[in-house]
Amino acid sequence: MSDTASGRTGNPGERLRRALLIAVPYLWLGLFFLAPFVIVLKISLSDSVLAIPPYTPTLDLSRGWEGVVAMFRAFDLENYVWLTEDDLYWRAYLSSLQIAALSTLLTLLAGYPIAYAMSRAPERWRPILLMLVILPFWTSFLIRVYAWMGILGQNGFLNQLLMGLGLIDSPLVILGTPVAVYIGIVYAYLPFMVLPIFSSLDRLDRSLIEAALDLGCSRLQAFWLVTWPLSRPGIIAGCLLVFIPAVGEFVIPSLLGGSRTLMIGKVLWDEFFANRDWPLASAVAVVLLLILVLPILLFQRHAERQQRRADE
Amino acid sequence: MKLSRFNIVSLTLGFAFLYLPILVLVIYSFNASKLVTVWAGFSTRWYVKLFHDEAFLQAALVTLKVALASASIATVLGTMAAWVLVHISRFPGRTLFSGMIFAPLVIPDVILGLSLLLLFIAMNVDRGVTTIIIAHATFSMCYVAVVVSSRLITFDRALEEAALDLGATPFQAFSLVTLPVIAPAVVSGWLLSFTLSLDDLVIASFVSGPAATTLPMRVFSQIRLGVSPEINALSTILITLVTIGVITTSIFSKRSALARTDETGG
Amino acid sequence: MDTAKAQASASGETAALPPWQDPAAEPLIRLENVTKRFGDFTAIADLSLDIHEGEFFALLGPSGCGKTTLMRMIAGFETPSAGRILLGGEDLVPIPPNRRPVNMMFQSYALFPHLTVADNIAFGLRRAGLPKAEIADRVAEMLRLVQLEKFAHRRPHEISGGQRQRVALARALARRPRILLLDEPLAALDRKLRAATQFELVDIQERLGTTFIIVTHDQEEAMTMATRIAVMDHGRLVQVGTPEEIYEQPNSRYVADFIGEVNLIEGVVTSAERGRLTIEWAEGAAPILTRSDVDAPVGTRVTFAIRPEKIAVSAERPEGLVNAWQGRIEDIGYLGNLSTYHITGPAGMRFKVQSPNRRRIARREFSWEDRVWFAFDETAGLVLTR
Repeated sequence: MSDTASGRTGNPGERLRRALLIAVPYLWLGLFFLAPFVIVLKISLSDSVLAIPPYTPTLDLSRGWEGVVAMFRAFDLENYVWLTEDDLYWRAYLSSLQIAALSTLLTLLAGYPIAYAMSRAPERWRPILLMLVILPFWTSFLIRVYAWMGILGQNGFLNQLLMGLGLIDSPLVILGTPVAVYIGIVYAYLPFMVLPIFSSLDRLDRSLIEAALDLGCSRLQAFWLVTWPLSRPGIIAGCLLVFIPAVGEFVIPSLLGGSRTLMIGKVLWDEFFANRDWPLASAVAVVLLLILVLPILLFQRHAERQQRRADE
Repeated sequence: MKLSRFNIVSLTLGFAFLYLPILVLVIYSFNASKLVTVWAGFSTRWYVKLFHDEAFLQAALVTLKVALASASIATVLGTMAAWVLVHISRFPGRTLFSGMIFAPLVIPDVILGLSLLLLFIAMNVDRGVTTIIIAHATFSMCYVAVVVSSRLITFDRALEEAALDLGATPFQAFSLVTLPVIAPAVVSGWLLSFTLSLDDLVIASFVSGPAATTLPMRVFSQIRLGVSPEINALSTILITLVTIGVITTSIFSKRSALARTDETGG
Repeated sequence: MDTAKAQASASGETAALPPWQDPAAEPLIRLENVTKRFGDFTAIADLSLDIHEGEFFALLGPSGCGKTTLMRMIAGFETPSAGRILLGGEDLVPIPPNRRPVNMMFQSYALFPHLTVADNIAFGLRRAGLPKAEIADRVAEMLRLVQLEKFAHRRPHEISGGQRQRVALARALARRPRILLLDEPLAALDRKLRAATQFELVDIQERLGTTFIIVTHDQEEAMTMATRIAVMDHGRLVQVGTPEEIYEQPNSRYVADFIGEVNLIEGVVTSAERGRLTIEWAEGAAPILTRSDVDAPVGTRVTFAIRPEKIAVSAERPEGLVNAWQGRIEDIGYLGNLSTYHITGPAGMRFKVQSPNRRRIARREFSWEDRVWFAFDETAGLVLTR
């Protein structure tokens, strides 16, 4: 009530303060977040030329309205057509989605048991365990990915270890393959999976499981029928937190994936920095954004539902 | 409560997976050999070399500058945005506003970087430290907004009203009551922004100019060519700093929590 | 006690009348046709009310009746959609909350968690720019008033709920407001502490002479503490009066039902002469005979209200009570000092009857299923026409 009320009351000073509070972050985001996307969209509809800035048409404001019209006339979907015709892009999108999906699943398989064990650990351990999961998050992403370069390489520690144990004769080729990318994503995003699942398991009332056992469930049934469904909000949040950034991932495929791994984030980077085809890079970005809109909307709906549940 | 064997195994394997790579990295930073994967005795030569590498020191300085400035801007803007999100339920364009707060959290870095670069080019801005600060402040403020707004939601607005009731001006109510109460969230928002900025490679690569190279950019260009003991040494230093930072903060907050319970008991 | 208090606060005046009955008395605060709308919802509808210096005034009603909105308008956190709020003749509406000589004790107490008890109390004094020495004196005085001297340097989370409540009181009183608003001040306390605190609040109010306006949904609380009570419903005042008036002469079914327990009997007036009414209420049962100066001609549908403790139970038909019926005891609620009987009377009508337990339980007079007489005299009840 106080909320709606304070929205109505207010002397001029109060209203001015309010307007200022809204305007400053609004304008900042409008200028540095929204406007760039409009520009990306505009450039994706333009033609690539070799001049700088390397695209036409540019908006010639000195010609006024006519200039605007001229610019719109020159727009075409050429870059998007190009995206559909060259199967490099298709394959890049699909392979990004596939790599992201599979590594999300792998992260879930690795993360759930950890989160579960943490939630079952004695109360006084939990803060320490939690800190141990969060700590890598504060450490540089780049360094954590880099650490695997030394492990997965031809002469890396993993091959040394496996050959030392006599399990293999010649070194495995892992670095520079999609397998390394999977390992990298699982490793880098594991905390994002563990934390939400842990928090939903931690909130779970222990007596629910006792009730299930009391009503004749085996331990496994109690887990499957009670614990798992009740931890689903955490699972969904965790999966989205891994999947969404993984689709657009650049660092991991470029350091661990080598030339054989095709991911759209890397394609965009190369298109921009190596080929300097800005319109095409912009078109790649627009399509990637559209692909991500669905999971983002799902995520938002899920977050809202969580919020509402928390409010009740 | 005792942990079952299954749980002990999951925890052991999980934390081994999380920490072994880092441990290996740290150990081999003290390797005498140039070959990172072959142990040739203890040495600190890579640290010495690192500290004489002008380019690295320069990049570290740029990164620190960018992180301090962008985290501070992001904290101010993000706290304002959080306040608006939580306390002003209706104003024109509110949906767009909250959309702009949440979108950067889920949009890939490559897209954010690309779009900002195109903006800076369209605006004909010289690219360098300033543009990186702007870029980092923009996405960090969204994280700050999320962290601070989750604290503001549980903030009892009666506290602000009580301050007004006791004669405080709206500004005093905010600075004497609201801000001290939500301070922990604001501080963690700042720390998060600082870390995100220290960490960022992709966006900085897009929006920086020839004059400004951040530490991640420098590291990236070197490790693209393969592992290098110098980078191991640098990583070890960064990991040590972060670990000390995180442990101190947690001990500090735990001690203040303990102090509270002590006083209540006494 | 309530009568004594009403007289005590009135005795400050030279007139024998309490100020609200004295047409010459200037009210401290006057609400004039105050209306408050939130969108389509009307929280307060054209409400007028006078409250006098030194009163302990209670706004009583169920949640959502508008009592909190009314209080927040006096504090300055809501602006009336229409009407005026006058304090000593001056319109308060344009004055922001931080400049009003009114302080509020919040339901959640709203103690600043980052400040000590002493700093919480000093907060308002510092804003007023008082000299340091005076602030220290005033804080010490307030701490003494609420007996928290030992806790001055604790933080709010380091003291008990009851102590927090007293800090909130001290903080609101420190600025010596002309009016103290208390929003459900005892709601967060447990039952026993609540009773003790009620008396403490009354005691402090009498000592300081500050006008207290309390918002509560607890009728017992209002009855024990207030000099006058305003019963509210859906943004309107239903009745304003002393606790005795509200209890003994409720002006409507709503008030009778809201304050205490009551049996409400629907009936039709069959004869009305010289202040004596006969009310037919059940086929075949003896009608209710009652005295009333209510204007209710023959044929009027009325509600007869009678409090449970005004009905007597007996095994034999009692002598001298004009209204008496036979019924069967369905249920007995044993409350220690008294018992509540649920008796089914004529036409299946259920009556609640309360009587003190003069004997030990083993020698109780009545038991379940007993057929008993229940009776009251012609002045015991009240005829209500709305």
